[in-house]
Amino acid sequence: MKVNELIEELNLTLFCGEAGVDNEIKGGYTCDLLSDVMGNIEEGMVWITMQTHQNVLAVASLKDAAAVLIVNGYEPDGEMREKTMEGAIPILGTKLSAFEASGIIYRLLHGK
Amino acid sequence: MVFRYELEGGNFSKAGHASSEIKKTLKQLSVDPRIIKRIVVALYEAEVNVVAHAWKGEVLAEVEANQITLTLRDEGPGIPDIPLAMQEGYSTASPAVRQMGFGAGMGLPNMKKNVDELEIESRVGVGTNVRMVTRFSGE
Repeated sequence: MKVNELIEELNLTLFCGEAGVDNEIKGGYTCDLLSDVMGNIEEGMVWITMQTHQNVLAVASLKDAAAVLIVNGYEPDGEMREKTMEGAIPILGTKLSAFEASGIIYRLLHGK
Repeated sequence: MVFRYELEGGNFSKAGHASSEIKKTLKQLSVDPRIIKRIVVALYEAEVNVVAHAWKGEVLAEVEANQITLTLRDEGPGIPDIPLAMQEGYSTASPAVRQMGFGAGMGLPNMKKNVDELEIESRVGVGTNVRMVTRFSGE
């Protein structure tokens, strides 16, 4: 599934990083601890979090995440938006909780 | 090739810059992407450690044909008990740093897991030197 398909399916907000909407999503990882994400997320995963600062982008980009999905209606802070302009990692938003978003995306990816 | 990057205590917007540059360089050198990932994880954690704990520091990256040596030197509070600091879950990070999703006590263990050699020298009240070596050929 591509990032733009996910945006349509879940009616997500695309805050920035439009250049990456064709990224293929191979899985997901849900966590707010950056070191845990750094250690465990894999290339091509969508990262589901409620963190909204620029270091999220650093981690996502270093690990080649497909996209970042910010939950609970939070929005990326100014510096995060600025930095995203340079890269190709879409920063998405939803009012859903991390639990709901993860559940729905899991089902979409695994068809169960 | 030797690259040098500066780090500033408390400046999280700079954390990750060295990692991102090194990632680009190693990609250009066609290093195995899995090995690049491990190097970058370790270097990012090390950068965050300096930013979160020290006053200022620098990253020196020495890239050779078959390996990379990353040295991070900082002026900072130092680490009084290195084996304790190496324990997963142990952290002295401030509440502000924890709120950002750091300070889970995973930084040093993540570094150790992802490099071939890790050496730490520290003097309390003076600073810390971290040296990490990774070979490009894998283990």
